[in-house]
Amino acid sequence: MDIQELKVKSFVTKYNKEKKALISILQNIQEEYNYLPQEALRIVSETLNIPLINIIGVATFYRAFSLEPRGKHLVTVCMGTACHVRGGPKILEEFERKLNIQAGETTKDKQFSLEIVACLGCCAIGPVVVVDGDYYAQTTIRKVGSILKKYMKIKKKNESN
Amino acid sequence: MKATKKIKTIKDLNQTIQSYIQKRKSEKRPVLTVSAGTCGQARGSLKVIASLKKAISKEKLEDKVKIKVTGCHGFCEAEPNIIIQPQDIFYQKVKPKDTSDIASQTIIKNEIIDRLLFSDPISKKTVLKEDDISFYKKQKRILLGDNALIDPTDINDYLSIGGYSSLTKVLSKMAPEEVIEVMKKSGLRGRGGAGFPTGYKWEFTRKAKDTSKYIICNADEGDPGAYMDRSLLEGNPHRVLEGMIIGAYAVGAEEGYIYVRDEYPLAVKHISLAISQAEKMGLLGKKILGTDFNFRIHISKGAGAFVCGEETALIASVEGRVGEPRQRPPFPAMKGLWKKPTNINNVETLANIPLIVEKGADWFSKIGTKGSKGTKIFSLVGKINNTGLVEVPMGITLKEIIFDIGGGIPGEKEFKAVQTGGPSGGCLPKEKLGLPIDYEGLTEAGSIMGSGGMIVLDENTCMVDVAIYFLNFLRDESCGKCLSCREGTQRMWEIVKDISEGKGKEEDIQLLKELAQTTKDASLCGLGQTAANPVLSTLRYFRDEYMAHVRDKTCPAGVCKELITYLIIPDKCTGCLACIKVCPQEAISGELKKVHVLDQEKCIKCGACFEVCQFDAIKIE
Repeated sequence: MDIQELKVKSFVTKYNKEKKALISILQNIQEEYNYLPQEALRIVSETLNIPLINIIGVATFYRAFSLEPRGKHLVTVCMGTACHVRGGPKILEEFERKLNIQAGETTKDKQFSLEIVACLGCCAIGPVVVVDGDYYAQTTIRKVGSILKKYMKIKKKNESN
Repeated sequence: MKATKKIKTIKDLNQTIQSYIQKRKSEKRPVLTVSAGTCGQARGSLKVIASLKKAISKEKLEDKVKIKVTGCHGFCEAEPNIIIQPQDIFYQKVKPKDTSDIASQTIIKNEIIDRLLFSDPISKKTVLKEDDISFYKKQKRILLGDNALIDPTDINDYLSIGGYSSLTKVLSKMAPEEVIEVMKKSGLRGRGGAGFPTGYKWEFTRKAKDTSKYIICNADEGDPGAYMDRSLLEGNPHRVLEGMIIGAYAVGAEEGYIYVRDEYPLAVKHISLAISQAEKMGLLGKKILGTDFNFRIHISKGAGAFVCGEETALIASVEGRVGEPRQRPPFPAMKGLWKKPTNINNVETLANIPLIVEKGADWFSKIGTKGSKGTKIFSLVGKINNTGLVEVPMGITLKEIIFDIGGGIPGEKEFKAVQTGGPSGGCLPKEKLGLPIDYEGLTEAGSIMGSGGMIVLDENTCMVDVAIYFLNFLRDESCGKCLSCREGTQRMWEIVKDISEGKGKEEDIQLLKELAQTTKDASLCGLGQTAANPVLSTLRYFRDEYMAHVRDKTCPAGVCKELITYLIIPDKCTGCLACIKVCPQEAISGELKKVHVLDQEKCIKCGACFEVCQFDAIKIE
């Protein structure tokens, strides 16, 4: 992936090059590139005058950031308490089996990344799964396959176009 | 919404508020209110709204009815729901295909659609009005009630229920010290978990001598299983803003931050919109309403770290650093954000402020118990019939919440425990159901109030598994600064995990207790100091269950994978092939209408067959 220096710099200048905005800048970069490319972090380090090691520190401390490229579709399984007691871990295991990856990994074809989240705050409708921002309520092991299929279809559609 | 005009004086704002109140009163058209918080949207409320609009226009009713989209009403079980005024009809679990009937039958012919009414699990009756549902009967919804009345994306709708009139009262008639006195007298305590009296907290920051001060709204609702702050930010963001502006005036802050979880996209959207509307109206900015009071608010988004709910870690995160807590004192009221005096309040705390200003400290302090005043919102979730957000007066018993409001446990299962207070809290057994809920009572019983998560557990929940769950969460979320917390949570997790896998020894229980004490004593912040609570409380009340895992190598609840087996009951198996189709391991074999056979060698205990079997022919041993 090409990292555009200008793009990254525009995120930094958007926050007046203030050091306190580091987390927001990283969030912007991740939104743009789907992860935090090393090159982008170097640019941030130089422009904000923060040592790279401190930036890596922040990037690895917060769960939301990824230093690895993520798949086209992001599957997030909620691991909140309410989802847990209603079978959340079994749902995660089914996703792991179906995608043949562990939580935190991306499929080889770069189509899906599987992640867990501590709680999405939709506890009443658990177990909850979010794919690319779409919420799926009261998921069951059986529903996992059909949820994934929906996004595989999108993939095929786009390819045929 | 029309373009907002800047309001320059307190008098003008009062007039504007009055005009919107009148406008609401004079609304004679039927109003259809659709709830569309995150939960509602997850259940399809946006599709319902779209098809409702179509149905209304098909019947040519566009000018004759008003559709109002609101945040969450709290009764998540019934989402998406539609309330129709003036009859007050409550339709639940509405699907897009139902909307044409709603328009043609209920709106035009004034007929009730029976299939959309709620069937009460307690009274076993079909209920017409929301107020008649047992879920709402024992609640006192001073905070959540307004969610159903307003469109959270429209500041004028908030004005039409008298919103921002507490701000005009404060700015026109009260000195900052007077506001603080009212809060002290009201007895309001922090709703984020620790329960520190809000008025005193404000006073510390007020009295701190410095040129600039800050106020922070802590919306980093990190406790898994709690979501009242999300609901307030999504459904009534201006109430939180009004509370924050009054707080800033009281403590003398000119700048404020709302630190909100990035996992709550809709809450971020609504609160950001509310800030820009308040700025345009002149309720934020320089010389607010013609007074000398200046105040502006920034949003700071979290990035997924539980420890950032702790105030010193939160401050570090707002400053753009790694969210590690630091030693207190100095407290943030003395040295907080950029070493300036900083006051931090939780979302629910701030939402209480405009009400206390409006109705007075005496009104507020009449609700609740001696030491805990007002109401508290709990998220009643887990193995419970009526899931949702419940707002109750302090002092109500656990039993009333779980059985009278929550409607008990689904599937006629036995109640086992209720987990309160998130990862810092504990599990309370049946014997504690009579406990009146307040800060002190819950602490004495071995749990805490926390931010208000209330997860109900039934006979199929394993308490050892619950302890593992929280320890896993805590070892993951421990920032690693203190060795006692970093290693303590890790080792406790390993020990309890061994127990769940049948590898536990009797002396492990004693070792766990020692580790728990050390983690508690030697850690810097609340995360480590309370990390042992889930273990200690489950050990205190459910020791037998631990011993079954250790001595008999069994999991009585049938949860711990290493200790259970899935079996097919031949008498019940109809040979329907359903389990064969779902088994990922091809561990089940058999023919149509013949009893199926499960190969234990291949079984990975994923539970797919158990879930799919409609004849209860799969059992866990």
